[in-house]
Amino acid sequence: MKLKFNHLRELESESIFVIREVVSQFENPVMLFSGGKDSIVMYHLARKAFFPAKVPFPLMHIDTGHNFKETIDFRDWLVKETGVQLIVRYVQDSIDKGRVVEETGYNASRNKLQTVTLLDGIEELKVDCAMGGGRRDEEKARAKERFFSHRDEFGQWDPKNQRPELWNLFNGRKNIGEHFRVFPISNWTEMDVWQYILMENIALPSLYFSHEREVFERDGVLYAKSPFIKMRDTEKIEKKIVRFRTIGDATCTGAIESPADTLEDIIREVAATRVTERGGRADDKRSEAAMEDRKIEGYF
Amino acid sequence: MENTSSNQTYLDMELLRFTTAGSVDDGKSTLIGRLLYDSKAIFQDQLEAIEKASIKKGEEHINLALVTDGLRAEREQGITIDVAYRYFHTPKRKFIIADTPGHIQYTRNMVTGASTANAAVILVDARHGVIEQTIRHAYISSLLRIPHVIVCVNKMDLVDFKQDVFTQIQERFLSFSDHLDLHDVRFIPISALLGDNVVERSKNMDWYQGPTLMYLLETIYISNDYNLLDARFPVQYVIRPQSAEYPDYRGYAGRVASGTFKVGDKVKVLPSGFSSVIKEIDFWQDSLDSITAPQSGTIVLEDDLDISRGCMIIPEENGIKQGQDIELMVCWLNEKPMQVGGKYAVKHTTNDLRCLVKEVKYKVNINTLDKDYDDKNVGLNDIACITIRTTKPLFYDSYRKNRITGSLILIDEATNITVGAGMIND
Repeated sequence: MKLKFNHLRELESESIFVIREVVSQFENPVMLFSGGKDSIVMYHLARKAFFPAKVPFPLMHIDTGHNFKETIDFRDWLVKETGVQLIVRYVQDSIDKGRVVEETGYNASRNKLQTVTLLDGIEELKVDCAMGGGRRDEEKARAKERFFSHRDEFGQWDPKNQRPELWNLFNGRKNIGEHFRVFPISNWTEMDVWQYILMENIALPSLYFSHEREVFERDGVLYAKSPFIKMRDTEKIEKKIVRFRTIGDATCTGAIESPADTLEDIIREVAATRVTERGGRADDKRSEAAMEDRKIEGYF
Repeated sequence: MENTSSNQTYLDMELLRFTTAGSVDDGKSTLIGRLLYDSKAIFQDQLEAIEKASIKKGEEHINLALVTDGLRAEREQGITIDVAYRYFHTPKRKFIIADTPGHIQYTRNMVTGASTANAAVILVDARHGVIEQTIRHAYISSLLRIPHVIVCVNKMDLVDFKQDVFTQIQERFLSFSDHLDLHDVRFIPISALLGDNVVERSKNMDWYQGPTLMYLLETIYISNDYNLLDARFPVQYVIRPQSAEYPDYRGYAGRVASGTFKVGDKVKVLPSGFSSVIKEIDFWQDSLDSITAPQSGTIVLEDDLDISRGCMIIPEENGIKQGQDIELMVCWLNEKPMQVGGKYAVKHTTNDLRCLVKEVKYKVNINTLDKDYDDKNVGLNDIACITIRTTKPLFYDSYRKNRITGSLILIDEATNITVGAGMIND
């Protein structure tokens, strides 16, 4: 058979090339897995890259403890179904050890704390490359990210001093104690990801599809009722038909009202929508440079 | 809301990568903002953020150029620091823009952006005409062999949309680009600020009957941009499942650099030179009849040969150059100057090796395009013709013939930083 080589196949081919470079250039890589659609697609690409052999690296999940149950159920199902090794590191452990201090108040979130847990995990397991599902179209600081992104011994990103990246020659050389973050789906947009999921028939957590849920509104964003969010007296729980465009922690991921319950409907909705997918992410709204600041510290 | 056929349309889209080149204040950010805005790639919340930022900076109108501001220092200083990648699509194509800044480390960034581009959009300010930077942009496009160059004469509104201004710039540009290796150069008079001839046809320039920028980007023929003749398959990784289901499977994984490979093709494996025949071409659960650049896939051969990463599979009858003494054009990317007699790590296709810089033949003055045989100091942003000797034979094509097998990078072994971009000469 001959595959029709459209732009999705070209992106797929590029991503597979990048993932294979990681395995060739690093000794102890992991693939960061959040249970969101981008990391699910990235893992699917990894399976394609090494088939019929198994994916030659583990998945690593930084568990904030504030996940939606559906995300964890899906993660465990996928791991069992595909026989990949899963490493989990818990933000709760970092809190218990006194490595980080839990935020308090109405907007408390463990999102920022993840960075410490992630960097501790990388150090503990001697990971020399962590692949992430970040996309350059997501956020302005991400637009300047390389495929192969060097991190110093403190796990920090220096945006003003990045290595030039030319042709398809990726330079993963580093000194001891340093590591790389690699972003195989850098060039994909939200629409590409959805179209690819449809084209490849990739399974997703149910959260992405329309369902009835108890939610409340805060700063124009709908949040799911959750034991992890402290509500104000003025905020009221309502039942609404919603779905999620991105999946992060329950504390910072907003839902949208939507009847879209198939991939085709979601794609039509994404095509017509006028707000970016991170528009519902409280973690990005903290300041104009919220993502940049977190990335410099070593965030995903 | 798009209709149900939108999915099918999306599956028929091609990918076009282009780079934008311009000097400071020539309206490059405004042009990109305009392309993104008019193709509806800017979302409501981004627009509101830009609106807020425009007001904060005391500007009267929404400044579309702010769309392209990334890092905090850039927003504060109103400059661009690094190559940024932008995305938009129309029903015909998905576009990736490598947006390179106009001043700091210009050459380094433009070379980076140009290395993967199908097309270069070069901006010229209609009031200033062709300036030194324009020549530099055209030269880099030629050096990096960007297949298509679109010269946008911008700010036509500031020269009363006069045809002779446009024509003069076009003639001036062609007078030097004729000496370069550019094969497809187009000119468009535009106003990025007002949108004339960007996406919408200009109502102010009846004398221009050519396409808009968007139409060109959507229709430029790119299928020939890859070398389709000389099949090259650098082996990236060897897949050996050693599982009960696939006890003896041995597949050579990689991405086709150029040309096409078919099942049954007689091939030669370098560096050993042993011959074999392609038994299978696999991609995931599919068995393919053939594989063409730039597809990734896995090749299985009839014979059991000793093949590892860094080997290259080529057609039996099609030769490739081989040697340890290589002449190349290098663009220097680092503050620390190139050391003649110095040793550098090299990455070429999937190969890692080392080299010694033997000689600087000449430096190119990229403002006049003259060759300078006297100045042998190659520093940041310099472009020079050099010779190197590699630690082991390199299998390569000239960059002119093949952008993948003809390119390499030099790495400083002490800092691990990529310091040179090399394009191998004929």
